[in-house]
Amino acid sequence: MIREITLGQYYPIDSLLHRLDPRTKLFGTLIFIVSLFLANSVLAYVAATVFLFGCIRLSRVPFGFMVRGLRAVLVLLLISVSFNLFLTPGEPIVTIGFLKVTWEGLRMAGFMALRLIYLVIGSSVMTLTTTPNQLTDGLEKSLGFLKRVGVPVHEVSMMMSIALRFIPILVEETDKIMKAQMARGADFESGNLIRKAKAMVPLLVPLFISAFRRATDLAMAMEARCYHGGAGRTKMKPLRYAGWDRVAYGVLVAYIVAVVLLRV
Amino acid sequence: MGIIRASKLIYDYIRRDEDDHIEEVNRAIDNMTVDIQKGDFVAILGHNGSGKSTFAKQINGILLPTEGAVWISEMNTADDSHIWDIRKTAGMVFQNPDNQIIGNVVEEDVGFGPENMGIPTDEIWRRVDESLEKVGMTAYRLKSPNKLSGGQKQRVAIAGVMAMRPECIVLDEPTAMLDPNGRREVIATLHELNRKEGITILLITHYMEEVIDADRVIVMDDGRIVMDGTPREIFSRVSELKSYRLDVPQVTELAYELRQAGVVMPECVLTMDEMMACLLPLMKACYPETVRLEGDA
Amino acid sequence: MSIKAENLNYIYSQGTAYEQYALKDVSFEIGDGEFVGLIGHTGSGKSTLIQHLNGLLRASSGTIYYNGENIYADGYDMKALRGKVGLVFQYPEHQLFEIDVFTDVCFGPKNQGLSKEACEVRAREALQSVGLDERFWKQSPFELSGGQKRRVAIAGVLAMQPEVLILDEPTAGLDPKGRDEILEELAELHRKRHMTIILVSHSMEDVARYASRILVMNHGEKIFDAAPKEVFAHYRELETIGLAAPQVTYIVHGLREHGVPIADDITTVEEARNAILRLLGKAEQTEAKADRKRPDQARTANRSKGKADQRS
Repeated sequence: MIREITLGQYYPIDSLLHRLDPRTKLFGTLIFIVSLFLANSVLAYVAATVFLFGCIRLSRVPFGFMVRGLRAVLVLLLISVSFNLFLTPGEPIVTIGFLKVTWEGLRMAGFMALRLIYLVIGSSVMTLTTTPNQLTDGLEKSLGFLKRVGVPVHEVSMMMSIALRFIPILVEETDKIMKAQMARGADFESGNLIRKAKAMVPLLVPLFISAFRRATDLAMAMEARCYHGGAGRTKMKPLRYAGWDRVAYGVLVAYIVAVVLLRV
Repeated sequence: MGIIRASKLIYDYIRRDEDDHIEEVNRAIDNMTVDIQKGDFVAILGHNGSGKSTFAKQINGILLPTEGAVWISEMNTADDSHIWDIRKTAGMVFQNPDNQIIGNVVEEDVGFGPENMGIPTDEIWRRVDESLEKVGMTAYRLKSPNKLSGGQKQRVAIAGVMAMRPECIVLDEPTAMLDPNGRREVIATLHELNRKEGITILLITHYMEEVIDADRVIVMDDGRIVMDGTPREIFSRVSELKSYRLDVPQVTELAYELRQAGVVMPECVLTMDEMMACLLPLMKACYPETVRLEGDA
Repeated sequence: MSIKAENLNYIYSQGTAYEQYALKDVSFEIGDGEFVGLIGHTGSGKSTLIQHLNGLLRASSGTIYYNGENIYADGYDMKALRGKVGLVFQYPEHQLFEIDVFTDVCFGPKNQGLSKEACEVRAREALQSVGLDERFWKQSPFELSGGQKRRVAIAGVLAMQPEVLILDEPTAGLDPKGRDEILEELAELHRKRHMTIILVSHSMEDVARYASRILVMNHGEKIFDAAPKEVFAHYRELETIGLAAPQVTYIVHGLREHGVPIADDITTVEEARNAILRLLGKAEQTEAKADRKRPDQARTANRSKGKADQRS
């Protein structure tokens, strides 16, 4: 189940989007998210759709990968769609008992669904085309100004990058521990909430112990490779804006202006 | 003067209770003196808990001596000002391949060491290319480490150390979590680095097959060096090795057993070819009609 | 008691472009009291296979019968099956979680619904049969050595009193002595309790010493299923799939190729030693020892060296 979340999974091919500076992509994602909340007309959504699908084409990542991330938010999606569908006041189309479906509701639910779906796909486009390291580099550099007020930006971004590396490992490990305990008769599924919570102990204890062990090992390995914080560190892949980044920023500005203009 | 030198080294693991009183002292290394020559391939053998891993961690200053001293290229590990030079000189590879790869992409992980050392970008790339080439992992440079086999992950870890241009690599049971293929891969890589690049290798292991081709084998037990010599010298002492909870390869054991039973055998047989060369003439003498030697038509 | 697998297929990501067979048409039957070695390199499907045998994974197609009952039939009690087919995973760290060793071993029987007293009886018995000294029983499992953790993990499964015990590389990472000790204890469980044991391993040497039958997996397919000597006779094919037969096998086959009349069913150092000594006419002092180990070998030892070549 947890395996299917695409967020944070890099898709290693070469494309224009892959080559863009992570800062451009971070900013672009931010702009795209803002645009989704600004958009309130069909035309504005058409603009968002064109933009999003343009990016997907440019990324050369198979469409299936983008959609995979949606499975994780399916429940959330259904809940918000049905809330909007049934609880928006207005002119009713169909009435089932006390539930009314209205034109306004339909419209709202449609927009809401698109907004959520685009949000997930939009962020997937970024994470699929940006290595977690580039992503944290981008964040580190974009948020570099916070260093002056004492925020340990380098350390935080290093932690994020390591966390991303270990997510798949820990997910696999969770699976193995669950199986090992199930082989001893553990039951993670049946029973009420309290029983279920109690059943998690045999899973969580080994998982935490292993995570701590990994953390200690990793700290030792990093030290052995001369890691001593951000000071005096150079970069193998320093961030430098290239020509395409300027083009991308242009496109982004044009896009957000278009969405604003297409609002009703 | 060797590249790694330890003199009267003692290391105690000290366990303290909540009030900081010493609860238990566990002597992991007990008066160890050793001198390892540049360019050698040295294997340290010992059962779990013999102190061999603790010794590995002394070499690049992860642990510091309780008593005695360790020098790497004449730099004392207890001297704080040399710590980064020491870690550059003696790189380390650990047991668990997952817990030492920091990068999310192979090449970025290899670049991690040089980045920490403050090497300029162009030079980092040169070193990464070169190191991946040397361990034969160039084809995987853009892969996620999670998609690699255990042996490949360890080769990436070795490349990560090579990119720091060390004179010596210390490997703490690098094959313990690998399958036989992965083990062979890693050991072959180490021999190649030793032969072609002249890197001093210190391999800590308890797999006997891995140390046959070493220049020197050191056996540890209870924090002390109990045997020290060429593989042939060490493996001729089968019962002594067994008393240290170790083992010998099957051919060596068979030759030893035959010798004990009165068959004329050399003191130590390490390979299958050697074994055949010993056995066939003996068999020929017993069965002159049926047995053919290589020289026979 | 028997486990019978019929045409098992297990497919990852079925229906997508990433579709991949982890098991391909695997069939076999393991009878009561057998000691079976399961060999294959990483990714050969051996771990996937054992997880099918206690129902942790469900085959994409095919059937498994335990004692003649289809475990995929409606209403089959999967939880009871896991009590009968005990599975010990490779890393003990994945299952140890309790405050002390003893409580941890009680976890399995407790899940089977036994009373506290009954659990304790089971735990005590299990810990004794893996040879863990009583002074460790009240210690935290996390403070034990690798070999001791391994024992606690095995005891944790034994306490459920399974009829079949499956172990996934129980000796990985142990030093040679630790490895031999664990294997000896398994052999004893097999001898004394007549327990069916399936031992997953990379090591042909280990398996050769204990198993009476070897299953070899490669790319999800079962490629060999026979007695060790028959499997090792295919040492060249084993090499091509990245597995090596024990060194002794190579010596025996090397000798035979040069016309030495040595028997071809030798798989351990001890057997090789005895056979070579016999051929060289030095068998006398070894007969007593051989007698104890393997009756069929003792018979051969009594033959004159001249007769030995009839066997080849």
